[in-house]
Amino acid sequence: MNDRPYSASELLICLASRLMDDRTTAFIGTGIPMLAASLAQNRHAPDLVPVFEFGGTGAILEKLPLAVGDMRTYHRAIAASGICDIMETAQRGFIEYGFLGGAQIDRYGNLNSTSIGDVRRPKVRLPGSGGANDVGSLCWRTIAILHHDRRRFVDTVDFVTTPGFLTGPGAREAAGLPRDTGPYRVVTNLAILGFDEVTRRMKLLSLNPGVTVQQVIDNTGFELLLADPIGHNDPPTAEELALLRERIDPDGLYR
Amino acid sequence: MTAQDDGIPILQVGEGALIQPPDLEAFRAFNRAKTKALVDKLTDERDAIDRFVADGDYVGFELYGTVRCPMGLTRALIRAGRRRLRIAGQGVHEADLLLAAGMVTDIDFTYIGQEVYGVSDCVRRALESGAVGEVVEWSNAALSWRFKAAAMGVPFLPTRTLLGTDTLRRSAAKVIACPFTGIPLALLPALVLDVGFIHVHRADRFGNCQIDGISGFAVEMARASRRLLISAEEIVETDAIRRQPDRTLIPYYLVDAVVHHPFGSWPGEMGGRYERDTEHYRMFLEWQRTAEGAERYLADWVHAVPDHAALLEKVGPEHLAALRLDRPEGAAR
Repeated sequence: MNDRPYSASELLICLASRLMDDRTTAFIGTGIPMLAASLAQNRHAPDLVPVFEFGGTGAILEKLPLAVGDMRTYHRAIAASGICDIMETAQRGFIEYGFLGGAQIDRYGNLNSTSIGDVRRPKVRLPGSGGANDVGSLCWRTIAILHHDRRRFVDTVDFVTTPGFLTGPGAREAAGLPRDTGPYRVVTNLAILGFDEVTRRMKLLSLNPGVTVQQVIDNTGFELLLADPIGHNDPPTAEELALLRERIDPDGLYR
Repeated sequence: MTAQDDGIPILQVGEGALIQPPDLEAFRAFNRAKTKALVDKLTDERDAIDRFVADGDYVGFELYGTVRCPMGLTRALIRAGRRRLRIAGQGVHEADLLLAAGMVTDIDFTYIGQEVYGVSDCVRRALESGAVGEVVEWSNAALSWRFKAAAMGVPFLPTRTLLGTDTLRRSAAKVIACPFTGIPLALLPALVLDVGFIHVHRADRFGNCQIDGISGFAVEMARASRRLLISAEEIVETDAIRRQPDRTLIPYYLVDAVVHHPFGSWPGEMGGRYERDTEHYRMFLEWQRTAEGAERYLADWVHAVPDHAALLEKVGPEHLAALRLDRPEGAAR
């Protein structure tokens, strides 16, 4: 994608940002979700209320936070409380979207951010759940943002850190997770994916510019459902790129 | 149906170890014995560690690594050479240093990483080599609610997180069917710390503490700690506390020692006061890529300086001044 006037990260940020509605709440984790939330506030969603796990509610994201507890997560915020308040707010059903990352995802949207290999003697130790399990358990609709390849889109994740639809239809409810919650979208450098209403399996919804269906299939380690028709995602606009480069991330931390 | 034959079914038991089993009666008795008198607790970091932290203790730190974290006290703990500590790992930089120093035997783990910079090699070396004994998985909400249960003085809290995942399987939570609604609930055992470490914006010499901005899990952890060590950016007169009692998150009777540590969160940030020292932090991340580098970091930046005041001299007043946020004292936030 070197011939394109934007980077893979910029595309991910723009796609995620467009999924953020105005006048609602979104649980924001470190990295791309922070940039996406800031872009949304600057563009189509001035009244988006970003919620950060260590207590920031409704910050105005003028400067990019480097950490989910840093002072920019409550810059000109509506409230600065603590983690129990935020997590209990999610548990009561007040937080619409949750944005997550992960090292592996499976067809049901289960995410691994704990370990590659056996967790008791990991090949690669990953940072652990942090707030991810809580976001995936308690927010209404979770959106995962990942790089798309066969190492990450796997048949079976090594560890279910964060619940997707678990083993399929009805499994979340049977486990006791709140009703009508679960994975909503997966945003990748190749496409936007969703989940089938009945089978709860991952489904290709729309392709990023220049990407083919075959390319998505080739980079996915399980059988994908295909929407009919499959849509096409618009590339980042000049306005989005200008906001990102000039206002939101002038130091190019995420370019 | 009688109460006797209607036992609450336990649906699942996490296979992780309960590193610090809750004993609420012992906690109450301990709390009863703590002085409720307003006594001067202002001391230096060495004395605070000597008197209140023992080998084998279960300890916790708030908020985390790069944000309002008691890094001055963490370095003092490493200098004091405490061993076989068990920790609650809602941690970043402080956990890195303790793991690099080989002081940790068991972890209640939720997240140890560097956020935008990924997982530190200190953590990876310690966990991938098996150097740490028990590593029990939790989430951030789960650990905070475990503190909250202790703060409430109850042995567990029922919650709707962790359910259905390997995180729960590798935790020490239990799942029951709710006796009122029938839905499965994850029960999180109360976590009572032997010692809690919290860095605050201001405290008086008796231990009354105020924090500006988000409070993380300070409220819960302070109340879940048998012994509580406070470092503060500023030591204020009690009158200043009494003028704004609604701002007091940690009342004096919870606190055992107060240490004056300006820039106590360095190289992390302190909301409204100073920014993260990104330059130093990047240097640390670079050094800790190897075990030798991590040792060299501990030698140069922990052991080679006798205390926090000497560390600030080493960092340099000009370097620190550049991190300060130009906000006049007491200005509207």
